[in-house]
Amino acid sequence: MNGVSYLELLKLAAPETIVVLTVLAVLAADLLALRGLELRFRLLVSAMIACAGCAVAIAWMLALPQHATFLEGMLVVDPLTRFVKVALLLLTIFTVLISVETDFTPHVGEYFGLILLAAVGMMFLVSSEDILMIFISLELTSLSLYVLTAFNKRNPKSAEAALKYFLFGGMSAAFTLFGLSLLYGLSGSTNLGQIAAAITGPKLDPLLVGALVMTVTGLGFKVAAVPFHLWAPDAYQGAPTPSAAFIASGSKVAGFFVLARVMLHGFKGAEGSGAWHVYRPGWVPLLAIMAGASMFLGNLTAIVQSSVRRLLAYSAIAHAGYMLLGVLPHGEQGLAALVYYVITYGLATLGAFGVVSIVEGQTGGDRLSDFAGLSRRAPVLSFCMMIFMLSLAGIPPLAGFFGKFYLFTSALNSDPSDLGLLWLVVAALGLSAVSLYYYLQVLKQIYIVEPGQGPGAAPAPIVSQAAIALLALAVVVLGCAPDLLMGRLVGAIQAAGF
Amino acid sequence: MLAWTIYVSFLGAAALMLLPKGNARAARAIALVAAVLGFIIGLAGALEANPGGLHTIAKVPWIPALGIEYHLAADGISLTLVLLTGIAAIAGILFSWNIEHRAKEFFALYLTLIAGVYGVFLSFDLFLLLVFYELAIIPKYFLIAIWGSTRKEYGAMKLALYSFVGSAMVLIGLSAAFVVAGGKTMNLIELAKFPFPHSFQMWAFPLVFVGFGILAGLWPFHTWAPTGHVAAPTAASMLLAGVVMKLGAYGCLRVAMTLFPHGLDPWAVEPYAPSLLPSLLAHSPTQNVQWALHLIGFGSWRDVLSLLAVVGIVYGGTVALVQKDFKFIIGYSSVSHMGFVLLGLLTLNTVGLSGAVLQMFSHGIIAGLLFAVVGRMVYDRTHTRELAALQGMNLSKVMPFAAVTFTLASMASMGLPGFSGFVAELQVLIGAWQAFPTLAVLAGLGVLIGMAYSLRALQQAFFRDQAPPVPTPEADGNAPAALEPISVPERIGAVLLIGISLLIGLYPRLLLDLISQSFSSPLFDWVSKGGIQ
Repeated sequence: MNGVSYLELLKLAAPETIVVLTVLAVLAADLLALRGLELRFRLLVSAMIACAGCAVAIAWMLALPQHATFLEGMLVVDPLTRFVKVALLLLTIFTVLISVETDFTPHVGEYFGLILLAAVGMMFLVSSEDILMIFISLELTSLSLYVLTAFNKRNPKSAEAALKYFLFGGMSAAFTLFGLSLLYGLSGSTNLGQIAAAITGPKLDPLLVGALVMTVTGLGFKVAAVPFHLWAPDAYQGAPTPSAAFIASGSKVAGFFVLARVMLHGFKGAEGSGAWHVYRPGWVPLLAIMAGASMFLGNLTAIVQSSVRRLLAYSAIAHAGYMLLGVLPHGEQGLAALVYYVITYGLATLGAFGVVSIVEGQTGGDRLSDFAGLSRRAPVLSFCMMIFMLSLAGIPPLAGFFGKFYLFTSALNSDPSDLGLLWLVVAALGLSAVSLYYYLQVLKQIYIVEPGQGPGAAPAPIVSQAAIALLALAVVVLGCAPDLLMGRLVGAIQAAGF
Repeated sequence: MLAWTIYVSFLGAAALMLLPKGNARAARAIALVAAVLGFIIGLAGALEANPGGLHTIAKVPWIPALGIEYHLAADGISLTLVLLTGIAAIAGILFSWNIEHRAKEFFALYLTLIAGVYGVFLSFDLFLLLVFYELAIIPKYFLIAIWGSTRKEYGAMKLALYSFVGSAMVLIGLSAAFVVAGGKTMNLIELAKFPFPHSFQMWAFPLVFVGFGILAGLWPFHTWAPTGHVAAPTAASMLLAGVVMKLGAYGCLRVAMTLFPHGLDPWAVEPYAPSLLPSLLAHSPTQNVQWALHLIGFGSWRDVLSLLAVVGIVYGGTVALVQKDFKFIIGYSSVSHMGFVLLGLLTLNTVGLSGAVLQMFSHGIIAGLLFAVVGRMVYDRTHTRELAALQGMNLSKVMPFAAVTFTLASMASMGLPGFSGFVAELQVLIGAWQAFPTLAVLAGLGVLIGMAYSLRALQQAFFRDQAPPVPTPEADGNAPAALEPISVPERIGAVLLIGISLLIGLYPRLLLDLISQSFSSPLFDWVSKGGIQ
């Protein structure tokens, strides 16, 4: 490891470096110049610095495309990781924008700093093929998110949620680390490709099974798939809304991407089969069962929720089930479908949380009844919420519909002659019919129930509303012209040779 | 050109959304203009259509990586249904002239629904068809849940979930077909040429057929229809019964039967070995279901589905016979009449098939008229739909126009000669007689039941002369004389619908030429090949 060229490293990691510098800038600005000013002003200036930093990082990546692997996969820079990183930064920008008009914390610099640090963690997470590096970035992301969850010091629920999230997270991180250490023991390497080369054999090594289960535990926690989902409803409910939105969108994108990478690269050759009547041990049947369980539990539990945040949490669990369908076919098409789905899902969820945030600011709660008559108070916001909900339910012509179609056809396509995964697709589509019920419950409150004695038209936060409208527009555009995203994605995957 | 039917409706909806609040008159005007333009475009398309051929309207790549195209086209069947949609849209707006509550949202949703319906009838790419098909679900939900009456939220949710389950079934079948055919195209014409494996068609066909059939009121999945129709505001009931149920039947014909014609073939059921469990395990789930159905006498999916269609005809009629709510009678009659459509489709001969398409058109017009009378003319004025309450109101004297309209509509609905219903149901019965005589007799029985419930409703609601005079109408201040007169838009709408039903009844060739020639196109090769088993 002597010949490390630090200049080369700096060049390749420039986007991450830019974001880290932005973190410092935000902290410094808040500490040195903004203390003592009005909270709204501090939030606005810090958010502008944060957004500018992310925008520069995006521009850097788009302007200087690179294709390189540094230190045996420690850092991989290729079109695909660039694509995902740009998406992550965009989600970060939107998260920052919907935070601008909140007032849950006076610690503005720290708050935006942590969001950006979580983003840096995610960026490293998606651009590494080395299990050590993956673990470190996983921890950077998670630790930032734990703190972000606890950020509302006035709300005891926030602290409770953070503690749950942290305890579950710490436990699952331990499992992951143990699993990764087993992998290292089996193969003598920390590089996913070399691990895969070392573990391929006609039969599954019992140790490998252990490593597999442990690793999946940790990553399953990250993406909130059943049975590692228990933290999600509490965290989504207790965390400050923008933090919850970021956990639901950005963290999900990064989590699924790294899950797909570890499974597809690291456990190559240990796929097994989860097809109907053809069971072979491996990670595919394991994930298939997790997918089915997530869809069932998430969708059925979401029906009875009366808090919109908890409803979104269970819907997130259900969607994690659908998304696992994209990992199962272990091919390019599945990966493309997965990334498309998780990005459009991130946009819609982020927007939905943005609406929840504004409604909470006006009515003080996130019960379904707090949304009653929203369409009379805020027609634009209501229309955006309708777009997000219907996209999550998979109604055309919104992005969620094409996402589902693409995901399900690619799951079937793994086995075009026998349609082995048809059972899961049938379950997914049947349960997505269930999901329409609870998404319509939200819309029913907004559009049909007459407003009670609630607040009148409160002054609408302009920046958040603009951000939400942009997100809604993106969901519609990506639904009507999926090729905008998909064409680039397929190109990137082919160029990266995933 | 025909594509503008869709765009005009969408543009109308967009214009309505931008309209300032509270301007109901402008909202009505915009909606009517959009609907009339849609109809005119449809009519122009029908007039210039070259007979029999498939007329491509637009064909551009949409999602190239998956071979999905924005492909709109029309043949005689599509054109017939586009015309129906245009007429129903205009009539629906005329009969909702009195909507004041959130009028612009009402008409915006209404036009979105219309646009989705046009889209389904014109799509020849299955992905696009699904997009329009599901696009139509959400406006229906809101139209019923906001502007409806009796148990509106229940009815709306039931309708939305039934539709969505149906489209999920369709989506399963179609994505499987897409993958099996190589994942290169969703084009209906291309996929129809692909030889899907026999075993695949055997499960995909019933799945997709029933998925679409749910929306067509296929018994026993029809229960959304009566509750939905009853809960819906007048214009939405007219559209639901008039065109939305046709979306389902159209899907059965255009997608299920065209893509998987061998799903209709007789089953080759091998006898199961004496030890049952191993045999069950050795066969696929589809084979097991077929085996079980074979035991009770069914020989093919066609047998099963046509029996369901006939059960729908008889059951819908019988239930309509005992309803106390005026609107439920019409709701169940729709189930019964849609049974004729499905039966006609399953005859697999040209007479039955074109009868089915004509019945779609005819029922769209007649059901629209019936719902208009019940919902707008009677209910909006008397605020009751209970037959017992209506009996005392002497409606034939108070509202002669409504009484006459309903009499004519009932005659059309019963299938009296001269009205479109007669031609259509006769063709279906002739086709059914060739294909399955027993079922044809039962369906004929359904026609008799149809007469019975129509006459019962007509008599009880309007002509109960021997009923005792209204007990002191002054007491509750609800004197029948206080009913507002039938308005001009209502009269125009009623005359339009009756006129069209009579026109088609007296000169059915206007549509039959369009329809029957379509069946000679290569898309319908299966009619001649698999027609008579």
